[in-house]
Amino acid sequence: MLSIKNLHASIEGKEILKGINLEVKPGEVHAIMGPNGSGKSTLASVLAGREEYEVTAGEVTYMGQDLLDLAPEERAREGVFLAFQYPVEIPGVSTTNFLKTALNEVREHKGLEPLDAVSFLTMMKEKMKLVEIDQTLLSRSLNEGFSGGEKKRNEVFQMAMLEPKLSILDETDSGLDIDALRIVANGVNKLKTNDNATIVVTHYQRLLDYIVPDYVHVLYKGKIVKSGSKELALELEEKGYDWIKEEADTTTT
Amino acid sequence: MSKDNQILEEFTSKEYEHGWNIDIEADQAPKGLNEDIVRFISAKKEEPEWLLEWRLKAYRAWTKMKEPKWANVGFPEINYQDIIYYSAPKQKAKPKSLNEVDPELLETFKKLGISLEEQKRLTGVAVDAVLDSVSVATTFKDKLAELGIIFCSFSEAVREHPELVKKHLGSVVPISDNYFAALNSAVFSDGSFCYIPKGVRCPMELSTYFRINAANTGQFERTLIVAEEGSYVSYLEGCTAPQRDENQLHAAVVEIYAKKDAEVKYSTVQNWYPGDKDGKGGIYNFVTKRGICAGDNSKISWTQVETGSSITWKYPSCILKGDNSIGEFYSVAVTNNMQQADTGTKMIHIGKNTKSRIVSKGVSAGHSQNSYRGQVKVMKRAEGARNFSQCDSLLMGDKCGAHTFPYIDIENKSAQIEHEATTSKIGEDQIFYCTQRGIDEEKAVALIVNGYCKEVLNQLPMEFAVEAQKLLALTLEGSVG
Repeated sequence: MLSIKNLHASIEGKEILKGINLEVKPGEVHAIMGPNGSGKSTLASVLAGREEYEVTAGEVTYMGQDLLDLAPEERAREGVFLAFQYPVEIPGVSTTNFLKTALNEVREHKGLEPLDAVSFLTMMKEKMKLVEIDQTLLSRSLNEGFSGGEKKRNEVFQMAMLEPKLSILDETDSGLDIDALRIVANGVNKLKTNDNATIVVTHYQRLLDYIVPDYVHVLYKGKIVKSGSKELALELEEKGYDWIKEEADTTTT
Repeated sequence: MSKDNQILEEFTSKEYEHGWNIDIEADQAPKGLNEDIVRFISAKKEEPEWLLEWRLKAYRAWTKMKEPKWANVGFPEINYQDIIYYSAPKQKAKPKSLNEVDPELLETFKKLGISLEEQKRLTGVAVDAVLDSVSVATTFKDKLAELGIIFCSFSEAVREHPELVKKHLGSVVPISDNYFAALNSAVFSDGSFCYIPKGVRCPMELSTYFRINAANTGQFERTLIVAEEGSYVSYLEGCTAPQRDENQLHAAVVEIYAKKDAEVKYSTVQNWYPGDKDGKGGIYNFVTKRGICAGDNSKISWTQVETGSSITWKYPSCILKGDNSIGEFYSVAVTNNMQQADTGTKMIHIGKNTKSRIVSKGVSAGHSQNSYRGQVKVMKRAEGARNFSQCDSLLMGDKCGAHTFPYIDIENKSAQIEHEATTSKIGEDQIFYCTQRGIDEEKAVALIVNGYCKEVLNQLPMEFAVEAQKLLALTLEGSVG
C-alpha cells in the first residue's frame, strides 16, 4: 500500500529525514518510535503533504501512485489521513459542518453523490459511539476550547467518518490521561480492517499496550535505525533510547 | 428551498458575471449639476413644489460644503460636473402587471436571477425592483395593503402619501448632514418608501434590489422607512452592478424612523462592481444610513455584508433617543485586490438605559485596505447606557491592511462601555488542517472566513445568509496560494 524509498526531506534548508525506507501493507499496524527531534513528526507531515517541508530525494508510492506528486487534499481524498499532534482550532466552524464538507469532497472524488443531511447524521451517530464523543462537542467550533483529550478524540472521530485507507496517528497519545488514551486507542482498534493500514507515531510505549503494532521502527537522526516486532517497543520502554543512539552512532562513524 | 438555492447559485456563481449592458433608450439629463438640473429632475418626476424647494435647499447647502477627506481611502478627484444626474428607462405607460413591463427589463432581472415571477412565486419576498433609478414593478402590494403597509417606490410615495413623506423626509438625515447626503437630497432619483402602521408586524421580508445600469449615471437612491408604534419590519437590500471602466458614484441615503416599541431590522448584502484586479473601474459607494429610535423601547438593527465597491464609505448609525431603546450593528466587510473600505457605525445614546451592540468583522486580502471606524457617544442624560463593541480583523497575505478607529465619547458617568478588538491571520496550519481532510484551499478559506463571520451572518434572514456566504467565497477567490 505504501512504499517509502530513500526519503530525504528538509525544512528551511535543514535536512531532517535522511533516507527513510518503509513498506506498509494493508491490514498492518506500524509503530514509529524514537527520541525527540528524530524526525517522527516530519515523516508524518511529509506523508500528508505539508508544504513547509521540501522533499529533496527519494520516492513514496501509495496505492500505485506517486504520493509526492499529489496535493494534500488529493492525498486525503485518496484515503490518507493524518491525526494531528496539535489539532487546529477553526472558530465559527462546527465539527459537524467541517466534516460534512470534508466527507462530501471525498465522496465527490470517488464519484459518489453528496450525503444528505439525514444520512450524514445517521452515520455520525453511529461513529460517535466508537470514540464515545458527545453530540454537543460536535456542534461547537472545531477544537476551540476543547480539552487535550477532546481534541484527540475528535481526531479519531474524523478518522472514523472519513474511513481512510492509510491512517497516520501523530503522537495521538500526547496529553492524554489513561482513560482518554484507552478510549482513543479502542476507537482506532475498532476501525482496523484487513484493507486499511495504520502508522502510529509515538514517543512512548504505553499507547502500544492498546494499539498493538505488527512492526516497530526506531527513528533516529532522520533514519530508521532499528526495526522489529512489538517486543522492541517493550525493550525501549525498559532501556530508553540511549543504547539505540550509541549503536547507531557507532555504525555511522 | 432547492429552487431558492438554484436562484442563489445563479445569482452568485463564479466570476463577476453581471457585466453586461442592456440597451434601453435612456432619458437623461445633460452632464453636470446646477439648479436647473435639480429643477429638471424634479419636473421629470412631476414633483410637488415643496419637494423641489427641499431639493434646492439641499443643493445650495451642498455647494457650500466640501467633500470629506478624513476617511482612510484614496481616490482620484471626482469631477461632479462630469456626472449625469438623471437617467430613466423609457416606458410608454405605467405597467399594471408584469406583462406590461418592458421585456428587456424583465430580461435584465432574469439575468440577475431575480425574475419577478420567480421571486413572487418562490421566495415569499415582495420586491420593489429598482433599475436605473426608476421603479418598474412592485409585487405583493395588495397583500401588504391589507395590513395597511405601504411599500412602494419613493416617487409613488411622494404622489400617493405626500403627508407621510413630507413629515419624515430628512428627519433623520438632515439635508446638510454631510456632503454626500446633501448631494443625494438635491438629486435623488428614486428609491423605496416603507411605512408600517401602528401595531402591525410585517409578515414578510421586504426586499429591494438595486442596480446601476446606464454608463456614467450616478445612482442616488433614497430610502425612507417609518415604523409606527409597536410595529415590526425586516427590510433587505441587495446590490449588483454591471462591469464598468469608469468609476461610478453611488451616494445613497437611508433613513429609518422607529417610534415607541417599534423594531426595524435592516439587512444589506452589497456587491457593487469592485473594479478589476488593478483597481480599475468599480463603484464609489458613499452612503449615509441612519436610524432613529425615537420612541421608548424601540430597536433598530443594521446587518451588512459588504463585499463589493472599489471604495466603501458607510456608517449605518443609530440615534437612541427613546428610553430603553436598542441599537445594533453587525458588519462583515471584505476587501480584496485594490478595494478600500472605511466602514463602521455611530451609536448615539441619548435616552436612559439605552443599549448598543457593535460586531464588526473585517476581512482584507490582496492589496486592499479595510478600516473600521466607529463612534459610541453617551450624552449627559443617558443614564445607564451600555455599549458592547467587538471589532475583529482578519488578514490574508501580507500586502493588505486592517485599521480600527474607535471613538468613544462619554458624558455620563453611569455608562458601561466595553470594547474588544482582535487581529488575526488565516493560518497555514488552519488551511493545511482542512486540505488534509480533503477540502481544497479555496473552499478552506471560504469555510474559515464564513466561520469567522458567523456571528454576523447569523443575523441575516436565511436566504440572504446563504447568498452572503457564497459572496464571501466568491470575493476571496484566488486570494491565497
